[in-house]
Amino acid sequence: MQWSSPSEFFAMGGHGLYVWGSYGVAALLMVVEPWLAARRRRRAVHDAASAEIWKEAES
Amino acid sequence: MTAGMRLFTFAAPSRFHALAGRFTPWFWLATFGFAVAGLYVGFIVAPVDATQGNAYRIIFLHVPAAWMSMLLYMVMAFWAAIGWAFRAKMASMLARAIAPTGAMFTVLALWSGALWGKPSWGAWWVWDARLTSELILLFLYLGYIALVEAIDDPRRADQAGALLALVGAINVPVIYFSVRWWNTLHQGATISMTAAPKMASTMLTAMLLMTLACWAYAFAVVFTRARAIIVEREQHTAWVSELALAAKGA
Repeated sequence: MQWSSPSEFFAMGGHGLYVWGSYGVAALLMVVEPWLAARRRRRAVHDAASAEIWKEAES
Repeated sequence: MTAGMRLFTFAAPSRFHALAGRFTPWFWLATFGFAVAGLYVGFIVAPVDATQGNAYRIIFLHVPAAWMSMLLYMVMAFWAAIGWAFRAKMASMLARAIAPTGAMFTVLALWSGALWGKPSWGAWWVWDARLTSELILLFLYLGYIALVEAIDDPRRADQAGALLALVGAINVPVIYFSVRWWNTLHQGATISMTAAPKMASTMLTAMLLMTLACWAYAFAVVFTRARAIIVEREQHTAWVSELALAAKGA
């Protein structure tokens, strides 16, 4: 164990801004990117269903 | 059915869609497991670095992200080329699905590099061979995405994208060997095939666990995006219609 207190852990020996700035942005991007990809698939399925319903209504 | 034939059926978008959907949750689980283990070893077990203090802990993110940025580019160029050469549309769709994730890892490598450069070099950015070639990699990813999105005919877009991806692939070895070919501020390779790693084993363990987490993440998100692209492009097929109507509960 490297840390005697949580505040010491977050301070990272004065380099907290750099360390947490890196990992924070990584966490953010790695939540947003999968969310966008999943949303894209949901929309694609929705559009395909709408197109099919239109086709059936026309025939 | 021969083994070769069986492998070929995965090239059918409907098969790929089903299989990728089955594997994706496991890749998310692996991402989470490896990330927790990697962060635990990297932040709790690994000791502070004698010269760099705690800023060095950025390495557990920076190096895996930089590796992924280069690896994903090669994988993207490979599938783009296969799609072009063999008119295999699943391969081209896969190349398109990889590009945004590759760009994301490139941004992450540059960002974490800047935040590591400031405390260790005193500069966020230098126009050094390694950093500049990595920035070019980002522009190649963005150029590929912009090009394939700008051309309406999907097959022509795939071909143009493949050409760009292949020409740009020359940049990847330039990034990798840049620290040897030029005098740079960036440090040399930490891990190479020919020499013992120049780092403590706990640090190495953390870095490898984080690399596995990034691999699993890349599989999970690329599979999700590939499935979206398949549904978009195969909208006219009977199986997508069935799938879409079933999802709507119609």
